[in-house]
Amino acid sequence: MVLLSALLVGLVFGAGIAVSGMANPAKVLNFFDIAGAWDPSLAFVMGGALLVAYPGYRLVLRRPAPVLALRFHLPERRDIDAGLVGGSALFGLGWGLSGFCPGGAIPAIGLIRPEPVLFTATMAAGITMVKIGQRWAAARSAADRQGA
Amino acid sequence: MTEFTPVQSLLGGGLIGLAAVLLMALHGRIAGMTGILAGALAPGGGWRLAFLAGAVAAPLLLVRLGGVEIGFDSPVPLGWTALSGLLVGIGVSYGGGCTSGHGVCGLARLSARSLVATLSFMLATGATVYAVRHLAGGF
Repeated sequence: MVLLSALLVGLVFGAGIAVSGMANPAKVLNFFDIAGAWDPSLAFVMGGALLVAYPGYRLVLRRPAPVLALRFHLPERRDIDAGLVGGSALFGLGWGLSGFCPGGAIPAIGLIRPEPVLFTATMAAGITMVKIGQRWAAARSAADRQGA
Repeated sequence: MTEFTPVQSLLGGGLIGLAAVLLMALHGRIAGMTGILAGALAPGGGWRLAFLAGAVAAPLLLVRLGGVEIGFDSPVPLGWTALSGLLVGIGVSYGGGCTSGHGVCGLARLSARSLVATLSFMLATGATVYAVRHLAGGF
């Protein structure tokens, strides 16, 4: 039930990405190219998403729990740190080079083209590199504490 | 040039927002592609794999069964796309999210962290596109 539900929600998400133009890197790059071939369409994507998600979240989060899980998993961090700003800026640098963002590239795999697969593979490698690095740093600092 | 598509983009955006609301209402989870991808192979991540399968299947079904035309054009060389993926993967790991997680779900929750993240990546993306297209004369 949980898997079927998640699959169907994924279908809605992927359909939205495909219909909106977010799966098309040329369209994404043109949205950001205000000084050139500007295509303002993607402002409508974010506008449409927020028009639904803002009131929708208000209604849903009033309930005690989700339908198929025990509780709502909401981000608890409130701090604005260098990782948030710098990491997001690095994400933007990458996004501007190709026009692919994670939510656009993964549904674009369904269009059976090589670029979204390549992007997703190197993105997964980047995520894995950071995870391994953070695990290594955590293990090292734990070992340092034991040694001291 | 790409055609200005306000109706399709608004409609598609509405579906993205609907998916975010449904994932919260049914599973209690944020519809952020970064978190879903990063946690897909973790224990209890089955719902994430199912969501990813649905997200990939949707355009395929729309094109093959629905006969819908979905525009796709990647104007950048493959090597740039590969480098871009690596930078995005590292960036979203430290930034804690991407366009879907911060830009849609976070802003819909009026999260200050997500507003800062969204401003940071939108400005960086715009600056990169300007530099590549207008200063370096590329793509």
